[in-house]
Amino acid sequence: MYPNPQQIKDQKIYSRMGVSDGEFEKITEHLGGRLPNYTELGIFSVMWSEHCSYKNTKPQLRKFPTKSPKVLQGPGEGAGVIDIGDGLAVVFKIESHNHPSAVEPFQGAATGVGGIIRDVFSMGARPVACLNSLRFGELSNERNRYLFEKVVKGISAYGNSVGVPTVGGEIYFDDCYNGNPLVNAMCVGLLKHEDLQKGVAGGIGNSVLYVGSSTGRDGIHGATFASENLSEESESKRPSVQVGDPFMEKLLIEACLEAIQHPKIIGIQDMGAAGLSCSSAEMAAKGGVGIELNLDLVPQREKNMSAYEMMLSESQERMLLVVEKGYETEVADIFKKWDLYAVNVGTVIEEPILRVKHKGVTEAEMPVQALTEEAPVYYRNSAEPVYFQEGMKRAASVSAEIKEQAEQKYQNNWIEMLKGLLATSSIASKRRVFQQYDYMVQTNTVAGPEKSDAAILRIRGTQKALAMTVDCNSRYVYLNPEKGGALCMAEASRNIIASGAQPIGVTDGLNFGSPENPEIFWQIEKSVDGIVAACKAFDIPVIGGNVSLYNERSSMGAVYPTPIIGMVGLIDNPAHITTQMVKHAGDSLILIGGNEQAAFGGSELQKMLFGAVYGDCPGIDLEEAAQLNMRMLEAIHQGLVRSAHDVSEGGLAVCLAEKLFGTGLGAKVSYEAEDPINWLFAEGGHRWVLSTAEPEKVLALFGAHASLIGEVLAEPSLELWGESLPVAGAEQIWANALDHLVELAG
Amino acid sequence: MKVAVLVFPGSNCDQDMLGAWQLMPEVECQYVFHSESSLEGFDVVAVPGGFSYGDYLRCGAIARFSPVMKALQEFAESGKPVIGVCNGFQILLEAGLLEGALLRNEGLSFICRPEKLRVVNKHSMFTSAYAENQILEIPIAHGEGNYYCDAETYARLKSNGQILFEYEHNPNGSFMNIAGICNSKGNVLGMMPHPERVVESLLGGTDGLPLFHSILNFCQHKTA
Repeated sequence: MYPNPQQIKDQKIYSRMGVSDGEFEKITEHLGGRLPNYTELGIFSVMWSEHCSYKNTKPQLRKFPTKSPKVLQGPGEGAGVIDIGDGLAVVFKIESHNHPSAVEPFQGAATGVGGIIRDVFSMGARPVACLNSLRFGELSNERNRYLFEKVVKGISAYGNSVGVPTVGGEIYFDDCYNGNPLVNAMCVGLLKHEDLQKGVAGGIGNSVLYVGSSTGRDGIHGATFASENLSEESESKRPSVQVGDPFMEKLLIEACLEAIQHPKIIGIQDMGAAGLSCSSAEMAAKGGVGIELNLDLVPQREKNMSAYEMMLSESQERMLLVVEKGYETEVADIFKKWDLYAVNVGTVIEEPILRVKHKGVTEAEMPVQALTEEAPVYYRNSAEPVYFQEGMKRAASVSAEIKEQAEQKYQNNWIEMLKGLLATSSIASKRRVFQQYDYMVQTNTVAGPEKSDAAILRIRGTQKALAMTVDCNSRYVYLNPEKGGALCMAEASRNIIASGAQPIGVTDGLNFGSPENPEIFWQIEKSVDGIVAACKAFDIPVIGGNVSLYNERSSMGAVYPTPIIGMVGLIDNPAHITTQMVKHAGDSLILIGGNEQAAFGGSELQKMLFGAVYGDCPGIDLEEAAQLNMRMLEAIHQGLVRSAHDVSEGGLAVCLAEKLFGTGLGAKVSYEAEDPINWLFAEGGHRWVLSTAEPEKVLALFGAHASLIGEVLAEPSLELWGESLPVAGAEQIWANALDHLVELAG
Repeated sequence: MKVAVLVFPGSNCDQDMLGAWQLMPEVECQYVFHSESSLEGFDVVAVPGGFSYGDYLRCGAIARFSPVMKALQEFAESGKPVIGVCNGFQILLEAGLLEGALLRNEGLSFICRPEKLRVVNKHSMFTSAYAENQILEIPIAHGEGNYYCDAETYARLKSNGQILFEYEHNPNGSFMNIAGICNSKGNVLGMMPHPERVVESLLGGTDGLPLFHSILNFCQHKTA
């Protein structure tokens, strides 16, 4: 039925699985000169895919600072772990599910959520929150609207059912994502130190337990599919998309969290990308041992499955456990209580190989190191793109061109410009989306979507709370990857700080085009450099993440470089919890941070006026930003800050408007700006607007970095330079814009 | 006072329900797994929200066959308080403990947000601590909470005072804005909004608390 080893070699069948000539030769070497059979080739191809091996990005990922005294587990396990005191730790990770979502948006997004939740509870943590970061093409296109609506439905269906609140996220629309949406999901969990688990095998003769759902033919070669460019033929890869069952996942969470209390569990790992192959090979490699599997025993939902199909299936809601010999039944009984399969399918062996038996035949026998650590590593060529060089040349004229257009199209009328910005898809309220997510289940959500700059969850039984956010402005990263990468980190840190939390760690979701294109590789390199510089300046470690490459459609080119920063912060005292909206009439409004670095390249105003972004992105002084972060936390800890909101897309004007929505209050801005358009709409720098009852103290604390710009009014209008905008009208535009964009376009 | 929180495979508001009851020092609250066959010794049973059996087939349709449901029938007949929230309401309907049905939301989307409710009848064991016509803010989180019954049933519910809560702004197409009803004996409550989510001011409100206090008062009054 499958081609034999000689045919595989002669007909270059390996190339259909994304294996290069050179890689095929290496596989043969690893097998001691023997040609791989079809099953072995399949396993090598998924294990050596970018998705599993990071073969194109390893040298880049090594640049991230990954250590701090609080990091209990850095990159390399299901998810990173950080100590938060009281014997507790927070576990989190972000992961992409872009390619599956491009061809089957509902299941693609749903299983993305399921996969990242499993990564978190495989560490022994209870998943307490999900976030997501989504990118689609513009809503004027029908296919994009379809992808958008279905992805949201998929996240909603899976997350709500599994009972993990979806507390935050971000969504952007841009033509570069036509046909290649980005769907990144992040999960945050909590664990007691003593419950920390690892995906490791050990103890010769111990048993390998398969638990969870049965194995079917879905998702075969999912990891390979995720590691190639999308094309018109991608539709035919729909069978590579997995199908999710959140009910099974919910049972699996409860059963696994119960099972890890059993002292005889050696290791536990999610069967995610590359399913049984990846989990068994990685667990064996980490333990310096081998694993022998008997596929006859694997629970199967379809008839006559081959070894190849079972090893490559990405059927969802499955885990692999290594259990001390003699305790298999005790552990299996825990899973059976939850009506889940728990079957002893293999044994830990001394020889460091993965041996797969099926119907009495050895179907595969491969060194585990060859599948994992010894996967190829590529140092790709890098070249500064032409678009970047041209952008730098145009950078000097961006500001003048903005002003010319603002004059021509809006007669410099700030009210009309602000209204226009509030109706853009980037700035519009995302209520249409987040009210489809249960953001309250587990009753820990102190601040859900659009309440604080970061989502805030209290930690039961302590005085502590967690803050979390996902951020990436890919327009900035496109225009200038290094600065843009730093700006993404800075924005995430501002959001965490504005909620009253100290940032403690980052997970990064790196989404790019093909690394084989030197200009794309340059984007990867530079944006990682920018993120690394900001991590060092802010002293925040990266504890894990995900890389998704080949985000291209053959006909349309690559997506904007989109390195998504998932950041978590810790609040020690509930009094420090801070939200976005103004609270009391008469409070002062203070702008923190200067606008010296602010600019219009990649800004929302540029996009609105020109329909495109160009030039250079705004700048940031990372040392100063780090100082401001500390100062801002100090102000919050001293009880001076009644509300805080960072200045991001749309600049100061949008920030001010958002601070008023839903409050019934208004604001009078009395600051006399030299360059009003720049002051109101330019982006960049490291800025917040806070409201306070004690302006003198705030001004004294920040010195030259703070300016009193106005006060909160009892009347619901935004008053600026003799003109006023009723808040209710502005809020309506903002609240309904997304509905209009989706429904009226249709 | 002892409260049982039923746990079905796929329940996911069980912990929240337990947490709400545990705010009251007089209450001893514990989980009862769906495979149990007795509810002896309990004064109140709460059926929490979630997606029992994944909501496959139809919400609550599989859970009603769990062993614990037979015990729940008997418990309800004895006149002790039973409260079902969200998926718990759906299960009570499927089990025939309440009248009517829950359809998919009118807009066909899951909706999670705070909703304004009106206390229509404060003369029940579930609402005595509220004021008549008090407006509450309690969140909903469901895809199938569109309550339906025929006109005849509605007239009976209405005249018996079995409608306890109505939405101020109908979010899901519920017949006559119905958000929560009880049985004719008045001891079984089903409601789509989640009172257990609004019992702490840190989490945004305490409008759910009086419901738990009402039940506690009823039980204490009865034993006294």
